[in-house]
Amino acid sequence: MTKQLYYEDVTQGGEITPLVKQPTTRQLVMWAGASGDYNPIHYDKDFAQSEGLPGVIVHGQLVGCFLGQLITDWIGEQGMVKQLSCSYRGMNFPGEALSCQGKVTKKYVSDGEHCIECSLWAENTKGEKTVSGRAIVTLPSRGNPAS
Amino acid sequence: MTGNSLGIERLKDEVGVEWEPEVYEIEKGMIRRFAQAIDDPNPLWQDEEYASKSQYGGIIAPPTFVLPMSLEQIQQKMTNLMPGAARLHGGTELEYYQPVRPGDSITVSGKIANVRERQGRKMGSMVFVTFDLTCKNQRQELVAKCQQLTIVYQIEGTKYD
Repeated sequence: MTKQLYYEDVTQGGEITPLVKQPTTRQLVMWAGASGDYNPIHYDKDFAQSEGLPGVIVHGQLVGCFLGQLITDWIGEQGMVKQLSCSYRGMNFPGEALSCQGKVTKKYVSDGEHCIECSLWAENTKGEKTVSGRAIVTLPSRGNPAS
Repeated sequence: MTGNSLGIERLKDEVGVEWEPEVYEIEKGMIRRFAQAIDDPNPLWQDEEYASKSQYGGIIAPPTFVLPMSLEQIQQKMTNLMPGAARLHGGTELEYYQPVRPGDSITVSGKIANVRERQGRKMGSMVFVTFDLTCKNQRQELVAKCQQLTIVYQIEGTKYD
C-alpha cells in the first residue's frame, strides 16, 4: 500500500501521481458483468456501428471509476473522497492506453476538515482529454490545523 | 426532426416523479468483482486480513461502487420509456458520505430531475436527461447522492416515436 498523504504534503498546483490504464474488450465485459451495464455498444462491434459509433467504446462510467482509483491511490487510506464528478467528453476505445491525471486546484480548512480540491482528467495517447472531472477530498493533518 | 420523435414528452412527464426504490444486498463478492473489473488492487476492497487492521476494521467498497447501481436503474427506466433509443453517458456527479461495507443493505431511490433538448453539431437532435439518485443504508443513513446525465441521440435515418 502507498504511504499516507498528509494535508501538509500537498501544494496548490501540485500534481497527482498519474495512473495509466489499458482497458481491453475483456475488461469491458468484466465491467458489464460487475456493473449490470449490458449495453452492447461496449462489446458488440456490429451493434456499436449500427448505433453510429466507430466501434466498441469504453464505458464512460468505467473511466470515471479509473479516476476514482487515481484519487483513492493518491489520498491513501486515511483520506476521504467527498465529491467526485466526471464529464464524458470523448470516446475511448479498448486497446488504447488512458493516462489518468490530476492537479491540486485548492487547499483549505473548513469545519476542522482539511480539504483538497483537484481537477482530474483521462487523456488518450493522442493527448485528448476524453474525460474530465473534479474531486474534493479530505486528508489527515500532521497536527497544525490552520497552517 | 422534432423532439417529439425522440419521445421527449414521455420523459418530461416523469420529471420529479420518484420511482420505486431498489434494494441492493451487498456481499464481499460483489465488491471484489467490482474492484477486479476496474483492475484496482487496493487491499482495502478485497483483503479481509489487511482491511481488518485498517481504520475501517474490515473490507469497504471503493467510493465509486454506488455508481453502477444508479446506472442500472436509469437504464431500466430509459429502456421502458424510450425502447431502442441510442444513448450515451454524459456525466456523473457523486457526493459521498460514508463507505459501503459487506452486509449493508443499500436502498437506491431516484427520479428524473431535468430534460433538455439540444441541437447537436454532429448528431442532430439530442435530449439531455439528468437523473438524481440517493443511496441510503439499512440504518437510513445517507451513503451517497449521485447525479447522472444520459444523452439520447438520433442515429442517421432513424426516428423514434
